[in-house]
Amino acid sequence: MSVLEARGVTVALGGRPVLHDVDLAVDTGELTGLIGPNGAGKTTLLRSILGLVRTSAGRIEVDGRPVGPRRSPVGYVPQRHEFAWDFPISVENAVMTGRSGRLGLFRRPGVADWQAVGEALDRVGMSELARRPVGELSGGQRQRVLVARALALQPRVLLLDEPFTGLDLPTQELLTGLFVELSREDRAVLMTTHDLVGALDTCTRIALLNRTIVADAPPSELLDPEPWMRAFGVSETSPLLKILKVM
Amino acid sequence: MSISEFIADLTNPDLAFLPKALLIAVMSSIVCGVVGCYVVLRGMAFIGDAVAHAVFPGLAVAFVLQGSLVVGGAVAGVVTAILVAVFAQNRRVKEDSVIGVFYVASFALGIVIISQAPGYAGSLQQFLFGSITGVPDEDLYTVALTGVVVLGAVLLLHQQFVTVSLDRELARAVGLRVFRLDIALYVLVTVAIVISVQTIGNILVLALLVTPAATARLLTDRLGIMMLLAPLIGGVSATVGLYLSWSYDLPVGGTIVLALTAAFFSAYVLAPRHGLVAKRRRKTEQQPTTVPA
Repeated sequence: MSVLEARGVTVALGGRPVLHDVDLAVDTGELTGLIGPNGAGKTTLLRSILGLVRTSAGRIEVDGRPVGPRRSPVGYVPQRHEFAWDFPISVENAVMTGRSGRLGLFRRPGVADWQAVGEALDRVGMSELARRPVGELSGGQRQRVLVARALALQPRVLLLDEPFTGLDLPTQELLTGLFVELSREDRAVLMTTHDLVGALDTCTRIALLNRTIVADAPPSELLDPEPWMRAFGVSETSPLLKILKVM
Repeated sequence: MSISEFIADLTNPDLAFLPKALLIAVMSSIVCGVVGCYVVLRGMAFIGDAVAHAVFPGLAVAFVLQGSLVVGGAVAGVVTAILVAVFAQNRRVKEDSVIGVFYVASFALGIVIISQAPGYAGSLQQFLFGSITGVPDEDLYTVALTGVVVLGAVLLLHQQFVTVSLDRELARAVGLRVFRLDIALYVLVTVAIVISVQTIGNILVLALLVTPAATARLLTDRLGIMMLLAPLIGGVSATVGLYLSWSYDLPVGGTIVLALTAAFFSAYVLAPRHGLVAKRRRKTEQQPTTVPA
């Protein structure tokens, strides 16, 4: 059984159908790329997995248990612009906020919490900058802080929402290396991205989403243009499909 | 007036209202300074202003009925804050518009209510611009006790407040009740304002909330230090302001606010890392190195 399992997930937001009958399973050791056009429901699917969006049908389980903000350890890396980077806080304290739900009301971080934060920072290669104010970090370092914050929960599932947006290519490459490593460590990683070439190159699986899962297979089996045309609603002559032919 | 004369006046039993005013101003500054850090960092200054105006009808009712100003103001402020939080959930009208609607309405209600009281003009002025005379002893205890409760709540909720302020989406994802925490913060802001209105006045109280925290932000990149510096700056400025007000017979609220503003300007110019002087010095030091490493 997979670590993360979504079966028949249907979501409507404000009466508008966003996801319909989504089936997706991600196992440890997998780096799955969730790809689809704008408005396909990628972020909504991630938010459903976090239990932040009410599903009208279907079920989502992590390690065989229903999901919810206080229940299952799902690490979440939201888009970088959601974070108040001008806040006067050090890297380690920012990472600690990832455990705020665990600390519970009125409790302060203890030894175990600081240890988890230390390990998370170590894992993303940011230990040396632990005391640096977050406002002084580069884009790639900021992304690493967000990943560490998610890892501080020691999650079995890691969700990354557009982690490469606004980063230069060398930084993207380094981060990709990190995500591949993280997926190999008894952890399921699901990542939305607009970078098709990168996803085809590094992800072990690609899930094409447009309201529902259009295709779900390793990149080597997704060279047929048909599912891409359906997912993105483009014609056979689209530049998008030329990329596939080169791969 | 020299400082020793000021101290003599503070201990003069005929001027018993003076040490009470000082105590209440300093306590208010400490509470506002701490709570103000969240206000400044979350860009909530407008909400602070709104709450300051929103407490007015409560003060007016309490004044007309001869009840406790602190309790009246707190009730009105909390009711308005909750109304704003609830109405702001409707995405069609943005939060700042909702605040704009409710706080002016609340202030207007206060003016209508207080116009029914005898001696209307004098009491109105006292409310708007503050006064150091006539602080009853029980208010002193109320402010002290309320202040301790507010600071205790901040201490307990700090980690959650920081998490929500940094990233609301993640805060929800890790299971924090963001809406309730927002309400808790609004309530703390309201209470901090209510206990400060008496000395500094309804219109100027925003400065007590925002200026010390903004000044502290200029001086440090560490939240813990900022939350110690802000109440310190507030308390010292309140003392200096009261001293100048007493010495030169100036309105107390205005003088305290100007003392706070002077502190802000000094920090803006002289702050160790981000001040004007430090920036200029860095610029001139960097000029000789022409080749980038």
